[in-house]
Amino acid sequence: MAAPHQGLMRARVLVRPKEGILDPQGQTVERALKALGFAGVRNVHVGRMIELELDDPQRLPEMCNRLLANPLIEDWEIEYGDGAGMTTEGAGAAANERAGAEEVRGAG
Amino acid sequence: MKFGIVRFPGSCDDVDALRAAQRVGDAVILWHAERGLHGVDAVVIPGGFSYGDYLRVGAIARFAPVMAEVADFAAEGGLVLGICNGFQVLCEAGLLPGALLPNLSLRFVCRQVALEVVRCDTPFTCACETSRELSIPVKHTTGRYYAPADQLQELTAGGQVVLRYGAGQNPNGSMNDIAGVRNAEGNVFGLMPHPEHAADPLTGSTDGLLILESLRAHVDSRVPV
Repeated sequence: MAAPHQGLMRARVLVRPKEGILDPQGQTVERALKALGFAGVRNVHVGRMIELELDDPQRLPEMCNRLLANPLIEDWEIEYGDGAGMTTEGAGAAANERAGAEEVRGAG
Repeated sequence: MKFGIVRFPGSCDDVDALRAAQRVGDAVILWHAERGLHGVDAVVIPGGFSYGDYLRVGAIARFAPVMAEVADFAAEGGLVLGICNGFQVLCEAGLLPGALLPNLSLRFVCRQVALEVVRCDTPFTCACETSRELSIPVKHTTGRYYAPADQLQELTAGGQVVLRYGAGQNPNGSMNDIAGVRNAEGNVFGLMPHPEHAADPLTGSTDGLLILESLRAHVDSRVPV
């Protein structure tokens, strides 16, 4: 991701099917992984990720509940950060901590 | 009897719905960006891919200006029929309970299905007394009806399930074979099958007209206020 504009907070919203709801897409991916020989894979779920920059992060949970996710069928989770900790795979948790990122979860 | 057919960017069954409605009454198109329902007796939200199905099916369309009018209309007891994408929009808008999830097969399904009319005492099915089994096509990728267990029980107990897929005909994995539900008040109804595509003998069935004829019969029988 490019650096955010000054004064803007960068965030990612992760949306996934609510636990307990049948997720045929996740099941299909799980079967495909097994077919490729990747053993020991369980509970695969496919969701979507929404990246955004915003002035007022406090409004993001409301955005999630009203538009970005459907709380009846989906759970959402927000990752806040300056980008440094969010761009590199594996550096996630530690880098997010460094950047003072915080995580908010929603389960509508 | 005047039907209003909502047209969003990406609607694609609006013209079929208009033509089917015109077989039983007057019908006009309602543009998504307009306010005002032009005095229609019933609103039809047709099938298609409103706003490209971006984000989630029906998620963007529910915020269209015309939907604020539809919500007010429904709150005052106005009749609203949602077909396929229209059903999805009404669920997203909270005008109907539940949600539509991707078909269990993860495939687009397009075929004629047998439907059981669970109850004929609704404004949407009152013309089905003599024909409790309908043959109407489905065509969708996201049609698996879902509601949380407690809500599902409430729906069933409250008589809100109006249409079910016939035995062995469930095309998408919908819970309890649900093909169409109404709201608790009974004036908003959504279904995945397409009545507007079963309106001419040329396409194999005219059973879809029974849904529209039900609406006309209901409106005609109302005492003028």
